[in-house]
Order: sequence, then structure tokens, then C-alpha cells
Amino acid sequence: MTKVVDRSPLNFYERTYLPALVEGFKVTARHFVRSVKGENTATDLGDGYYPEVPWRVEGGYRGAPYLVRDQEGATKCVSCQLCEFICPPKAIKITPPGPEAGPADRPNAEKMPREFEINMLRCIFCGLCQEVCPEEAIFLQQHYSLSGLSREEMIYNKEKLLKLGGVHAGIQKWKHKLEEAKEQESFPVNVG
Amino acid sequence: MPQLTDLLFYAFAGLTLLFGFLCVANPLSRNPVTSAMFLVLTIISMAGLFVLLHAFFLAAVQILVYAGAVMVLFLFVIMLLDLKEEERRKLNAIAVGLGSVAVLGLAGVLLRALIQAKPVIAAGTQPVEGSTKELGRILFQSYLLPFEILSILLLVAMVGVILLSKKELK
Amino acid sequence: MLENLFIDPTFQFVLFSAAKIAVVFGVVMTFVAYAVLVERKVSAFIQDRVGPNRTAPPLALKIPVLGRFLQRCGIFQPMADGLKFILKEDFTPAYVRTIYFWIAPAISVIPAFLTLAVIPFGSTLGKQQMVIADLNVGILYTFGIVSLGVYGIVLAGWASNSKYPFLGGIRSSAQMISYEIAMGMSVVSLFLIVGDLNLSKLIQWQADNGWLVLYQPVAFVIFLVSAFAETNRLPFDLPESETELVGGYHTEYSSMKFALFFLGEYANMIASSAMMVTLFFGGWSLPFLGKPADSLLGGLVHIGIFIAKMIVLMVVFIWVRWMLPRFRYDQLMDLGWRRFIPIALLNIVLTALGVALFNR
Repeated sequence: MTKVVDRSPLNFYERTYLPALVEGFKVTARHFVRSVKGENTATDLGDGYYPEVPWRVEGGYRGAPYLVRDQEGATKCVSCQLCEFICPPKAIKITPPGPEAGPADRPNAEKMPREFEINMLRCIFCGLCQEVCPEEAIFLQQHYSLSGLSREEMIYNKEKLLKLGGVHAGIQKWKHKLEEAKEQESFPVNVG
Repeated sequence: MPQLTDLLFYAFAGLTLLFGFLCVANPLSRNPVTSAMFLVLTIISMAGLFVLLHAFFLAAVQILVYAGAVMVLFLFVIMLLDLKEEERRKLNAIAVGLGSVAVLGLAGVLLRALIQAKPVIAAGTQPVEGSTKELGRILFQSYLLPFEILSILLLVAMVGVILLSKKELK
Repeated sequence: MLENLFIDPTFQFVLFSAAKIAVVFGVVMTFVAYAVLVERKVSAFIQDRVGPNRTAPPLALKIPVLGRFLQRCGIFQPMADGLKFILKEDFTPAYVRTIYFWIAPAISVIPAFLTLAVIPFGSTLGKQQMVIADLNVGILYTFGIVSLGVYGIVLAGWASNSKYPFLGGIRSSAQMISYEIAMGMSVVSLFLIVGDLNLSKLIQWQADNGWLVLYQPVAFVIFLVSAFAETNRLPFDLPESETELVGGYHTEYSSMKFALFFLGEYANMIASSAMMVTLFFGGWSLPFLGKPADSLLGGLVHIGIFIAKMIVLMVVFIWVRWMLPRFRYDQLMDLGWRRFIPIALLNIVLTALGVALFNR
């Protein structure tokens, strides 16, 4: 179904700009009066204004990306560097553990990042890292207003990201894999 | 002791000449925009001279029309054409000859007028208080025909410009 | 010896003129500062925002209720703004034409203040006439000075030696010239009716016969719209249109030099509001307060009336900025040349006919 938009030439009254003026005045006056009366919903945050009272962010909001831990407190990231490769502004920098690194802090994971840095000055909150992560270890969370006093301060390291990210209540991929493996007795798994 | 108006006259006259000179032959800059700006200053100093003659109307119109409109258009054109610093051209013998003849002729006429001039104010006439009404009356009664002819001249020039600037003539 | 000096009329004239200039300058500067605040608050309210509501010196917050209230109104914001402009780094880019780059802001401010010299902002106070210079060609002086205001913008655009400021400067020179013509023509009809170019006499005529806006509504509309174009206010702010030209002619300016352009814009706004009050709304007179004041109080009341009328017009200026979108450049030129100038000419002819029929 096509809708034909009426583009007939303006009539004389419309070409005097008067209807536009009247409409403009009506709209602006309505907003002005509402604001003066204090009935404005856009700025009303309950008991204060923005910096003191932060905006309420809805559940689906995607803010800054942080690393998450699983329910047992283990780092989920396995240092696969997919997020580093996909990151459009190249904000993520992962230092893999290397051959001489010790074992991971949880069972069944081969390696963990030695360092994981996100430069929040570069990050554009696009969410590709979250999309690409096979371990569901990085999520865009609710923080939208990041500030710091220096550039160095805005590069978040692994500890900071894990602390901010908290615990993810979702799937523990490796735990389930382990359980599956235990059920299959023939599968030779060396559980440490 | 010289009167304040005399001092102001010499100040404005000196400034007019100085700015005029800088407009035509500025030793520091050959930039056309600088010349245009000095022309504006010349016009403003001349308006000051008109004020000293109690011709307020002429002074205001001088600034309004020349400094405010004509020179802005000059500037507009200079900027649009993006004139670079004008090059120093070689002196052309014929141009120099003709130019000096013209300058000498004008100077002669002016000098003769100055020598023959008699002080007018001394005759006791009241300086006309730059009244716009008087000026209008003179323009539209005594000099109506020249005024109208000038208007038509301007109109002709305007129509001519429009005709020339139209790309395709039908 | 000293007494003689004070009786000397020339000295008195100089003294009183200096006092008037100082007071007018101070009042206008305050007005500029608070016009900016009103602009920010009004725009905030229209756009469902809060506007400046934080700045306050610590001492002011000690006042029980009033301090907080003034803080929320943003009363102290202009001081912070001014301080910021003074303290910011004054940066001159490397490839600008330095001399013009430095004088352009000054050139854009001076005309705005000079215009105020001929505006009668009150009747009399004591024996003094409340106008700095009571010129016989008042209105022509104003137009002359206003027409010089364009140089500041054009030179700023050219001196910045950069694309966007240059486009802004070019636009402004074409725009200002076009609307000056319509503006000047709209005023001619007023003087046909009044028969004098002196602004004080114009106000006295309006006090006796009623405001000129009632006689010449068409002229008023043309003057108002042209004033918007001359002051580069929003429906016609093409010289600095942020969405197209970054910041227009003042893109390369910072700190106090930028502040001067800002000051110039608002001083221009004040000057044209004052001009409109004088020309169309009876200046200091009200329909029942038409005689020049004979007492000190009366004189002050007249000045108050003038300022009140001016504030109303300035709010109109500010409100319109948040009401209308920007004109396209061809529409702007079309409006100026093909509508306003013919209408203004027609208005002059009709007024002349009317004057000839009714006055003889």
C-alpha cells in the first residue's frame, strides 16, 4: 500500500509564514509554561537534578563493557582475543599469559588474560565485544557516565573491570561441560 | 588661540589625506583589502569634515551609503575574487606621462580656485544648520531636473547591469 | 574659581555627557550579561531542560532561603561566565591575518554601543535631557553606524583565513546590506507622518498622537524582521549557523575576542530593541504619561517605562530564536529583496498619499 504524501504548493496564507509562527509559538509556549510550573517530566528525577540523582537506566541499556566473574568467583575470560580483534576503535588490549604462566584459577580453562585493558576514552559502547565473546565474559553494563582526571585513569585494567563487572548470573559454560563430561564415563577427562 | 573646531578641522583634513594616501600607495602592504579599509577610513574622516560644516545630513549619508554599503560591496567583490597581493607592475611611460598631465591639470584648477577664493563666512552669513528640510527643498525645487536625470542615469545603469549579468539572452 | 567652572555651560555639558555615557554603558553591560542568562533560561524551559542553576559564591549560599533560590535562578551565572572568558587562553591560530584578526572583534562591538548614543531613554531628569546626543539627524546616524557593524564580521571571517569563517563573512555582508535597505525604507514612512528626523521629537509626537505602531503596522513588521537579520539572530543567523559553518565568522576565535563578538551581538539586540521602542512604541511615554517629567521621580518613572518596553522586545528576540528554524539562504534573499523592499516602497507611497490627503 502506498501513501501519497500531499505536496501541493503552499497557499498564500501559508507563504506569509504566519501559520508557522503561530504553531511555533504554541509549541514553545506550552513547553515553557509546563517547565515554569514544574510539571516537566523530562527533568524531574524525584528529589534532585542529574549529577546528584543519576538517571534511572532501563534494564536493556548498554553502557560501558566490563568483565564478569561466574558464580564461583572465577574469571570467565579465557584470553582468546576475539574482542580485541573485533573492537572497531581498538579500545581493548589483552596481554595473553604466555608459555611460562601458571595454570588458570579455575578448572577446565586453558588460560586467563595476564592483563586486560579497555581504554574507555576510545570505547564507543558498540557491544561487538559482547557479541563475539564465546565465553560470555564481557557485557555492556549500566554505567553511561565515565569520568577521570587523566588519560591514564581512563584506561581500565583487569582488576577494575572485574570489580565493576560483578558476578554474572547466567550460564556457566565450562561447569556444564564438565558435568556432561563426568556423565560420559568413557570420556577421559583429568579433573584436577 | 585656535578654536576647537579649527583643530578638529586640521585633524580630520590631515587624517583624510593620510588615509587617502595609504589607500592608494601603502608602503607596508599591497593587500587590496587593506586599501579598501583605508578607503573606508578616508570616507569616515570626510564625514567628520561635513560635521564640522554643520552638514549632519551629508555626514550621515556619506557614512551610510559609502562606508556602509558601497565599500561593503567592494570588500565582498575583493574577497570573492580572492585577489592576492597585487604585484608591483613596471612603470609604463605613456601612463606616467598622461597621469602626470592629469594631476598637474587638476592641481592647477584647484590652485586657481584657492587663489581667487574669498572668505565666505566673513560676510556674516549664518551657517545653515544642516537642516534636512532645507536640503530636501533645494533638491526637489531648485534642482529637480538634475536630480531626476541622475536617478534615471542610475536606473539605466542598473538595468544595464541586470542585462549583462543574465547569461542567456532571449 | 571652581564655582565658575561648574557654572560654565561647556564644562557642565561635558560633565553630564560623561556621566550619561558611563551610566548607559554600565546599564547596557549589565543588560548584556543578564540577557545571556535569560536566553539560557528561556531556551532551557522551552526545551524541557533546567538551565543554569548551580553557580553561586559560597558566601551567597549562607543566606537562608534567598541564597538557594537565587542559585536556582542562575543569578550568579553571568559573573562566572565573564570570569571564564577573561581567564581562558587567548589563542591566535598561526595562519590568520594577525592585524585584522585582532581588530575585528573591536570593530564589531563599537558600532553596537555607538548606536545607543542617540536614543532618548527618558524624558528629563532634573534639567538634563535623557539622551546622550540629541542629533537632528538621529535616525540617519543610527543607520550609518549600524551599517558599519558588518565590517567586524566580514573582517573576522576574512582574517581567520579558514573556509567556514570566510563563508560566514561573505554571507553576512550580503545579508546585512540587503536588509538594511528594507529597514531604512520601512522607517521613511514614519518620518513622513511625523515630519522630523529628531528622535526626541518623534517620541513627543507619539506621546501626543498615539504610538506609531498603530499607524504603521506594516513598517513595524518589516523593521522587526530586518532587525533580526541585522543582529544575526536565529531565523537569519546564517553568518554563524552552527549546523553548517561550525561557528561561522567566529570559529577561530577564543577567550575575550570571542566574548567581544558575543557582547556585540547582544548589544546590537539591545540597541535594536531600544530603537524599536523609540520608533514604534512611544519611547518613554505611556498613553497617560505624555508630558516630559518635571520632577525627579517622574523622570525615573519614564526611564523605567522605557526599560520595561525594551525588555519586552528583547524577550521577543530571545523567544523567536527558539521558535523558528533557520531560513535557507535563497529564501532569506527572496524575503529581503522580493517581498520586503516592494512592500516597504508601497508603504511609503501609500503613507505619502495619506499624509497629503489628511494633512492639507
